[in-house]
Amino acid sequence: METALAILSGALVAGGIYLLLSQNLVRMLFGLIMLSNAVNLMLFIAGGLEYQLPPLIEKFQVEPISPVANALPQALILTAIVIGFALLTFMFVLFYRTYQTLGTIDTREMQLAEPPEPPNQWHEEEAS
Amino acid sequence: MNGLMVFPIVLPFTTASICLMLWRYPRHQQSTALIGSLVHLAVCIRVLSTVITDGIQVAQIGTWPAPFGISLVCDHLSALMLIITGIVGTATAFYARGELSDSMRAQGFHSLFHVLIGGLCGAFLSGDLFNLYVWFEVMLMASFGLLIWGQKPPQFDAAVKYVVINLLATLLLLMGLALLYGLTGTLNMAHIHQIVITHESKTLLTAVAFIFMAAFGIKAGLFPLFFWLPAAYHTPFIAVSALFAGMLTKVGVYALIRVFSLVFCHNIGMTHTALLVAAALTMLTGVLGAAAQSEFRRILSFHIISQVGYMVLGLALWTPLALAGAIFYLVHHMIVKANLFLVSGLGLDLAGTLELKKMGGIYGAKPFVAVLFLISAFSLAGFPPLSGFWAKLLLIQASLQIQQYLVAAIAVMVGILTVYSMVKIWLASFWKPLPPKDLPSRSQALSLWKIIPVCALACLTVLIGIGAEPVYQLARAAAHEIMNPQLYVQAVLQGVNP
Repeated sequence: METALAILSGALVAGGIYLLLSQNLVRMLFGLIMLSNAVNLMLFIAGGLEYQLPPLIEKFQVEPISPVANALPQALILTAIVIGFALLTFMFVLFYRTYQTLGTIDTREMQLAEPPEPPNQWHEEEAS
Repeated sequence: MNGLMVFPIVLPFTTASICLMLWRYPRHQQSTALIGSLVHLAVCIRVLSTVITDGIQVAQIGTWPAPFGISLVCDHLSALMLIITGIVGTATAFYARGELSDSMRAQGFHSLFHVLIGGLCGAFLSGDLFNLYVWFEVMLMASFGLLIWGQKPPQFDAAVKYVVINLLATLLLLMGLALLYGLTGTLNMAHIHQIVITHESKTLLTAVAFIFMAAFGIKAGLFPLFFWLPAAYHTPFIAVSALFAGMLTKVGVYALIRVFSLVFCHNIGMTHTALLVAAALTMLTGVLGAAAQSEFRRILSFHIISQVGYMVLGLALWTPLALAGAIFYLVHHMIVKANLFLVSGLGLDLAGTLELKKMGGIYGAKPFVAVLFLISAFSLAGFPPLSGFWAKLLLIQASLQIQQYLVAAIAVMVGILTVYSMVKIWLASFWKPLPPKDLPSRSQALSLWKIIPVCALACLTVLIGIGAEPVYQLARAAAHEIMNPQLYVQAVLQGVNP
């Protein structure tokens, strides 16, 4: 089971990176969603999967008698999911506003912050 | 439980919440924000003095004992970072007072600003890796908001790059964290240290170490992962970019120092050699990139990268002197870099643009602005007796001590190239004559809210330069704690105060 999940999370990472390498903002968004799910899955596997019992303690005991599921990774994943959700929501809005403002979702056409230098700049200056 | 450690984190969040409650009263938000940053600075000074007198301070939140609960740890390095956060935060808050109009202020600028400060302090104090990740996210969230503040079209372009690459970095961090948790079964850094030194699968640990290096490398702007930085830092408001330039990449450097001393100390030969190569290339590419730029803030942004190289160099050389140099450099750089960005704002007010081609004549109009620039620029380049000189001297001396002559030569050369860029800015924007109609007018008033923080930071640079000894002693103490992680481990796990 762990092996299968590990391979699945590896596949998700690969897919996520592939989508991130695209120049299309929407694909990049999906890439990041895939990546964040892959990482959450990885956190889950890292905690170990073998025990089926919930982490509950019997009456009058101070610790569980039989081995139980590890609760910590689930708490970690929950936190990571919440944070990831907030960030993705922000990104949706940011990309949409970017599309409204710049009129494109192709990252190659976004050159406002780093405008390319005109190619023959030095010659023009010499000529003038 | 040590209550004092909580305040540097809680205070900014309190200020942020009060500012939110005062949504309709921008003036009151303004004064709350200023008072909040001053109180925060005072608390940070108190924390530093406590650490100096009583050693490493630990707070176990909810009094849960160490490996199970959340620990806040403050050693010399954290305390130094906190106080610089306080200083840079206060300076930029004052500058923002002069820069923002009431309508800009009304939309929660100060709340985001203080959430960012709180996130920074949280990251510096966290004694546990997962919390470090959470604080990084808090910081990111606030920085996204601040980066697109004003919503000019270039800011959207910059924000897309900044957001995507930084999200990737935090996902990498979380990935490394998951693998490390799988290997060691704990997330408390002190506890991980104990487990790592006796761990049998060193190879896996090294692999995880490189994931962490990539994650923090993106945050810090290490070669070859820095391209997002000069694409973004020149677009937001001056106060915002000064805060980013002073603090954000340096959190990455701090995290690198923390993690590669406390957690990944099992294979120093491999990890720190990789860091050394990355540091040398970072210094070189940063300074060469700056030479090709022709916009005030973009030149400064590239210099952030080359300076980050120096700090990581100190970590990579892994001697007490080198680490002390790196920490001295951190302190010096955060102040000077923030100040240079603030000075660029004064230049923007006078010349109306930051394109070097169109600027000029500031020296004639406002000589004192030119002097303020020169102090920071010389300090950045490493002229004696300013703070940058001592920082560079320590690092070069440390690399000569362990026969890393090539690295020392690169460090010297990068210093010289830094002078080249600074001279370029000086000639183009301060010295160059312009046709009289384009000249900045002598009578143009600069807001006092902007000049005071710039003067204060410049004075601080001079002070650190002239009185380098106390700062050096602090850096030495911090380096001592970093080189001997058992001090940190004892303080966290056994409550023993060294």
